[in-house]
Amino acid sequence: MAEKIRVLLAKPGLDGHDRGIKVIAAAFRDAGMEVIYTGLRQTPPMIVDAAIQEDVDAIGVSILSGAHMTLFPAILKEMKEKGAGDIILFGGGIVPDEEIKELEALGVAKVFTPGAPTEESIRFLREAVGKKKSDEKIM
Amino acid sequence: MYNKKFLEVLKSGLAEWDKKAAKFRDKKSMPRFFTVSGVDIDELYTPDSVEAADTEEYFQEQLNNPGEFPYTRGVHHTMYRSRLWTMRQFAGMGTPKQTHERFKYILAQGGTGLSTAFDLPTLMGYDSDHARSLGEVGKCGVAVDTLADMEIIFDGIDLGQVSTSMTINSPASMLLAMYLAVAEKQGVPFDQVRGTLQNDILKEYIAQKEFIYPPRPSIRLITDMMKYCTDKVPQYNTISISGYHIREAGATAAQELAFTLADGFCYVESAIDAGMDVDAFAPRLSFFFNAHSDFFEEIAKYRAARRIWARHMRFKYNAQDERSWKLRFHTQTAGCTLTAQQPENNIVRVAIQALSGVLGGTQSLHTNSMDETLALPSAKAVLIALRTQQVIAYETGVANTIDPLGGSWFVEAQTDRLEAEAEAYFTEIERRGGVLQCIEDGYFQRELARSAYNFQLEIEKDERKIVGVNDFVLEEEKVEIPVLKIDRQVELDQVAFLKKVKAERDNGKVQATLAKLAEAAKGDGNTFEAMYECSKVYASVGEMCDVLREVWGVWEESQGAMRVS
Amino acid sequence: MTVLEKFYQRDIRALSRIISFVENREEGYRQLLGELYRMVGHGLRIGITGPPGAGKSTLVNRLVHRFVADGKTVAVIAVDPTSPFSGGALLGDRVRMQEFPAAEQVYFRSMATRGATGGLAAATDNIAVVMEAFGYDVVLIETVGVGQVELDIIDACDTVVVTLVPESGDAVQAMKAGLMEISDVMVINKADRPGSENLIDELKSALHLQKRDPDAWQIPIIATEGINDKNIDLLYEKILEHDAFTRNNGRFDAHRREQIKKKIINILRNRFQREFLDTLAGQVSFEQIVDDIYYGRQNPFQVGEDLYDAFGRK
Repeated sequence: MAEKIRVLLAKPGLDGHDRGIKVIAAAFRDAGMEVIYTGLRQTPPMIVDAAIQEDVDAIGVSILSGAHMTLFPAILKEMKEKGAGDIILFGGGIVPDEEIKELEALGVAKVFTPGAPTEESIRFLREAVGKKKSDEKIM
Repeated sequence: MYNKKFLEVLKSGLAEWDKKAAKFRDKKSMPRFFTVSGVDIDELYTPDSVEAADTEEYFQEQLNNPGEFPYTRGVHHTMYRSRLWTMRQFAGMGTPKQTHERFKYILAQGGTGLSTAFDLPTLMGYDSDHARSLGEVGKCGVAVDTLADMEIIFDGIDLGQVSTSMTINSPASMLLAMYLAVAEKQGVPFDQVRGTLQNDILKEYIAQKEFIYPPRPSIRLITDMMKYCTDKVPQYNTISISGYHIREAGATAAQELAFTLADGFCYVESAIDAGMDVDAFAPRLSFFFNAHSDFFEEIAKYRAARRIWARHMRFKYNAQDERSWKLRFHTQTAGCTLTAQQPENNIVRVAIQALSGVLGGTQSLHTNSMDETLALPSAKAVLIALRTQQVIAYETGVANTIDPLGGSWFVEAQTDRLEAEAEAYFTEIERRGGVLQCIEDGYFQRELARSAYNFQLEIEKDERKIVGVNDFVLEEEKVEIPVLKIDRQVELDQVAFLKKVKAERDNGKVQATLAKLAEAAKGDGNTFEAMYECSKVYASVGEMCDVLREVWGVWEESQGAMRVS
Repeated sequence: MTVLEKFYQRDIRALSRIISFVENREEGYRQLLGELYRMVGHGLRIGITGPPGAGKSTLVNRLVHRFVADGKTVAVIAVDPTSPFSGGALLGDRVRMQEFPAAEQVYFRSMATRGATGGLAAATDNIAVVMEAFGYDVVLIETVGVGQVELDIIDACDTVVVTLVPESGDAVQAMKAGLMEISDVMVINKADRPGSENLIDELKSALHLQKRDPDAWQIPIIATEGINDKNIDLLYEKILEHDAFTRNNGRFDAHRREQIKKKIINILRNRFQREFLDTLAGQVSFEQIVDDIYYGRQNPFQVGEDLYDAFGRK
């Protein structure tokens, strides 16, 4: 049986705008992925803990509050500290080009801006997960 | 009206037209002819499209004249010829001091209405020094922790003279309690205090998701507050029942209409169950709708809303006072339709949306700024948004006559269609055990998620074009996004001030009043009165919310909300 | 270091990785399970089942907090349905699982059914083994709850809590669905809603009617309000009582032994089935056989016998 893509979708920040992330969740499900949705107001430690427990290939976050330059690095730091640096981190939000470059340099795999079709994110995720290789031995 | 002869001529004329039109139907300018809500629209509407339009019952029960039941054509007899809609632009300001200065400026310009936006920590019931508030203090509105902040905001502003609207929901009662505490200190009698509180917790569960406690205790907070205000603050609008956020979260026009009115009926029933007389509170209820892009569907939506509300209030809830039947509403253009691409196009979108609000008979209107999908609006964009309303009001002539689209076969048919769709939803909500149960089971949330997903799929299948997004794209467009600089100082100052207030207040009294609040929440004392006492001794919003969190628990979105079919 | 070695050092990532390894049936997973099986003690496995909208997630959340307050470590498995059309799944149970302590104390894992129809995923009971081997005192399993009868839970758990809500129907329906047979504790959740008293009365008399050994466990019916945290303590107590009761009278061991037996049979059945079908696949044309039956030249019963005689009697 081919391994399924498992992806965690989370919504950090205090606001409750979850329309976009729910659309993405439905699109990923319809593309055959297993989507774990964590709900609203997740802190970086909550997100990374959930990602580890769920053993996901990728974490997707939706950040609309303008706090992306704080939240993405905080999640990355948390991932590294908890030995989960190999999980793909991507996100969506209103982020200017220069900051997207900055975030990508830090280790965010991809940032989607408003209006990006869901197909694009599905394609991205499939490719990124496909490239991921683990050489760890189970036993 | 339509005599037999007329109908014969109509029918044969239509048959003739259909034959001729058939030759052109192979060619289609668009893949589908449907509304933004996904409803297919006929090629042509005729007198035949409106059921029983030639009967006197139709005229009396469906339409009637403006200012007359069921108010389809407007709640006032003369509408905009007597008074234009209120051009109310909502704005958020960082610290209490900045907000105070802004208010002073507005009043100096002759304004009498103040509108307050709060920051996210306040909206979620966290004090500025809470870990969750980090980076959010004062960002999209003013931070209010204690009465001390309210005193700064309204320093030297006579609360007997101004009307203040406060956009806040879960902690709404606490903010009103603080506002009243300021009024008391100023010596303003409560029966002179005017304003509007959004205070619509139901749509928070459904759409905006700024909730704290579970639905049932939240409703209790509202009825306690309504009881208090009906007695003591009779000029205060206690709830603004909001469809705006429901639409923004992905609802169709029919869902916005149905869920918002269902929420309204739920408040009415809750207040009646709490022992209040319907005519004592219903005239203080008002509504808040979205103006989306489908021009005619939106106009029909507002007209249908008035008719439905009037009928239910009069016949189902037995309201006697005409004011209880009249649905008054505020409108805001749809933020979710604005695009980051080619942002100047948003000016056009906003203008058309605003026009639908006016043609639908709105009482007040907020026009969005073209750049707000990118960042906080610039001063210039805010001005253009206001000017848009003024152009509509003074240059287009649309305010010359009342309900100019009334009698349009298309608009009347859509009005009837939306009313029928809403009634079908009311039946379904009832069958599922009512509004609260639907919220707890995630029904509304599921419906919205489904509509939002369908809309997205329609775009991706190219059935829908969004100018500048999936067509008419500028290849080389580089969107300049002004970077939002977070002024950390606002947060540091606010936290320091809160610390000072907590050190200087009488903490014994704070603990005592908070204990009384807990007691009221556990039993059946009036929580609003208890909050008023807490506020007066400078208990914070966070402290009061914590007391209620302890008693009632916190709410997490129902898992059923995710069950997208 | 191998993942398994890290697992033995109680590394949470390793636990998660091994769960996926088992769930995906990766090369060598049986051997690994065999390894872990030796470490499984007799921790408590609780199943929570019931129709959609019964508030199972909320009850699970509340129960987890009770166990934690008693100093227990808990692992939770929440199962959600896989879409038969896309093979994807939307797993939303975490939404209600906020404010849990660190994973060493409370571990939560979402699973999709991946085609299984008995209320659990095919690998759920194996994953419960992994969790127990890791050292969790309690494993809580929440079934899909899409409406059909979800009986797999009895083979994966020691104590089964059946959750109903006033609108999920009357006692007769519950009996027809076999819910009485599988439940050790019955919960009427959202008991503040209309109809709950009726349902409780009906269930009580239905239980009363069933012939029961007076020494057997008496199924308690508890009215809870998960959202308002009402009567959760009572539910918690009853679960512990059931556990103590079955451990004292030997029922716990008997049930576990029964589960082991079923498991062996299951493993054998799967093994034989796979092998037999593999053998057949190389030598028999199913198309041809189907044709013969379809056009009346043969019948499925005879074909079954013949195939078994020809290839199965080894």
